[in-house]
Amino acid sequence: MLPPDSSRRPALLELRQISKRFSRPLDLAARLAQKLGAAISAQTVHAVDRVSLTIGRGEIVGLVGESGCGKSTLGRLALGSYPASSGQRYWRGEGGTTAIDDLPATQRRAVQLKMQMVFQDPYASLNPRLRVGQAISEAPLVHGLITAQQRDAWLAQLLHKVGLDPSLGERYPHQFSGGQRARIGIARALAVAPEFIVCDEAVSALDVSIQAQVINLFMQLRDDLDLTYLFISHDLGVIRHVSDRVAVMYLGRIVESASTDEIFAHPHHPYTQALIAELPVIGGHRRDYQAIRGEIPSPLHPPSGCHFHPRCPYAMAQCQTLARELREIAPQHWSSCILDGGGE
Amino acid sequence: MSMVQPLLEVNKLQTQFPTSSGIAKAVDDVSFSLAAGEILGLVGESGCGKTVTGFSILGLVDPPGRVVGGQVLFKGEDLLTMDTERLRAIRGNRLAMIFQDPMMTLNPVLRIDTQLIETLQAHQDISRAAAYDRALEALGEVGIAEPAQRLRAYPHQFSGGMRQRVAIAIALINRPDLIIADEPTTALDVTIQGQILALVQALCRERQMSLIWISHDLSVVAGLADRVAVMYAGKIVESGTVRATLDHPAHPYTRGLLGAIPALHERGSRLLPIPGTTPSLLNLPAGCAFADRCAQVHGACALPPPDFAVGHDGPSHRVRCWLNHANSPNRIADAAP
Ligand SMILES: Nc1ncnc2c1ncn2[C@@H]1O[C@H](COP(=O)(O)OP(=O)(O)OP(=O)(O)O)[C@@H](O)[C@H]1O
Ligand SMILES: Nc1ncnc2c1ncn2[C@@H]1O[C@H](COP(=O)(O)OP(=O)(O)OP(=O)(O)O)[C@@H](O)[C@H]1O
Ligand SMILES: [Mg+2]
Ligand SMILES: [Mg+2]
Repeated sequence: MLPPDSSRRPALLELRQISKRFSRPLDLAARLAQKLGAAISAQTVHAVDRVSLTIGRGEIVGLVGESGCGKSTLGRLALGSYPASSGQRYWRGEGGTTAIDDLPATQRRAVQLKMQMVFQDPYASLNPRLRVGQAISEAPLVHGLITAQQRDAWLAQLLHKVGLDPSLGERYPHQFSGGQRARIGIARALAVAPEFIVCDEAVSALDVSIQAQVINLFMQLRDDLDLTYLFISHDLGVIRHVSDRVAVMYLGRIVESASTDEIFAHPHHPYTQALIAELPVIGGHRRDYQAIRGEIPSPLHPPSGCHFHPRCPYAMAQCQTLARELREIAPQHWSSCILDGGGE
Repeated sequence: MSMVQPLLEVNKLQTQFPTSSGIAKAVDDVSFSLAAGEILGLVGESGCGKTVTGFSILGLVDPPGRVVGGQVLFKGEDLLTMDTERLRAIRGNRLAMIFQDPMMTLNPVLRIDTQLIETLQAHQDISRAAAYDRALEALGEVGIAEPAQRLRAYPHQFSGGMRQRVAIAIALINRPDLIIADEPTTALDVTIQGQILALVQALCRERQMSLIWISHDLSVVAGLADRVAVMYAGKIVESGTVRATLDHPAHPYTRGLLGAIPALHERGSRLLPIPGTTPSLLNLPAGCAFADRCAQVHGACALPPPDFAVGHDGPSHRVRCWLNHANSPNRIADAAP
């Protein structure tokens, strides 16, 4: 196996300066209020702001950050399930590097099939009227990856891999527990033998034992098939376990990225430092939880300069105006903080 | 034992689902009680019956599924036999559930403000303006920035974790006496999770709200709950104070759960899942359902395991297992000449 060093892996997918803005048109009541002079304007959510990210073949890139910071949106952009507001996606296949969204439709579909997503919300992504066995085997049958004769044995094997009893394939989505449904989402993504998977909180609904089984399956597929992952999770324990490299997002931007060992040992950006300091300790007993202090930043009106400056203990005057690009502060360690030692 | 009536008392609850291949005994002989202000962590493997337990308490099991036995006493009244009208009045007001899937709470075609305000007005005599102010406050409480702007949005315009938080806000908005929270913070980062935990902790301490916190995250349960109940294949196999249960786990399954946590392992190493797979609820063995995955399985395990106090922390720490049980048939056999 290659060492977990992104520089040694040939790139598979590259996102260049990709952005996504959601603009919400005003509803009738708001338009009326606006006409009457109220200070209401159409809202734009800057969900992802000029993010560049290269993912190597066979690499597992962990993506972490606060709820609402844009992780799922970035995952969907990577997959092309949202059109980007600006920026490009490149796929490095056998035929060299291609801008996916410029490909003719048929070729584009072929590339798209190699990319799958395990959705954060499996219920919404499953058709309630389809037996889950059908839902899982539909795409591989259509694309000729399996034959009708192979289907039953193939399905049983796949369900078994994600820790589900093969007889459950006959059931409908509502007849499952939350964690069972999450595993159906995983089975469906794996069904078309993808090369790249976005796992969006894919193991969050699973108890530790099943989680361990599914994580082992993911790592096994990476070792056997060179499967590549963008692994979104709020659980730093899981991220640390599975990822070769970690990218930290804050309010629409990637603020730091480095190999997993490096980022946990030497977090540079003050936000990353805060995140890692909060790693929960197991075995602790009753504690008093703290409410968030101060203003929670909003992607509707992101702060100027470095988005983190209002919460940053080391903020200086220029942080309010300067939004710096990522720069390499150590080999393969990128940070956007202007302070040389991060916070130190 | 104090004679104070518990807020909630669940006795021998049993819930079953008929399926094409047999009857699934999703909840089988579950009993526990909860005092006012108390927090119970309900943990266990995926599919073990945690959600169905919550649904059964609230009368939300969809046919053909059915609660086939037991009692659910809420302030002394049995919710299972209560007329639907009265149950509906209590539900969402004195008794609320935070669903594992936030879209079970949220209506996709209604704005967030409408949903919060309607929940308030359904159970309280409150003006629209006052309800709006409460809604604004409730959204801020769950850590959503610019609540005034966000109130006008629809659920699909929120991130997964934001939807989860709105569902929490809706469940808490009428300040119920009992909340059943089903994996409420699964997708939330530690900061936001801390905000939610601080909120429910304050409600339990200051307003004597009781809470059933369903979760597979043992670190949160350890930090939040007073007591914990561990479920396996429809039954509670161990329960007690958090300290007794997590420091001195008596059931091999509880010990297995504690051993499979990623942060405790070296990066990239294989994690230690509990060997074997979850048994099918359609044909559970007569004896212990965990037996064929248990490292300490022995002859007695073919018989229904006894439910007894293990002694850590007095009578409240109970386990359903033959190990260390005085009358284990094995011990008797071993002791015989
Ligand atoms: N369809 C949409 N329309 C409008 N705004 C959206 C839409 N989807 C996402 N957003 C907004 O974009 C921002 C980022 O959302 P995203 O779902 O990417 O967050 P996330 O990092 O995945 O959060 P979480 O951890 O809570 O799932 C949020 O402020 C959200 O409200
Ligand atoms: N409508 C149904 N029909 C048949 N079986 C059902 C139905 N609903 C739930 N079950 C089964 O009952 C069992 C218990 O489900 P429940 O949702 O309570 O699990 P859970 O402990 O909440 O798991 P998770 O952590 O995965 O959410 C599961 O094995 C599930 O497959
Ligand atoms: Mg998300
Ligand atoms: Mg559940």
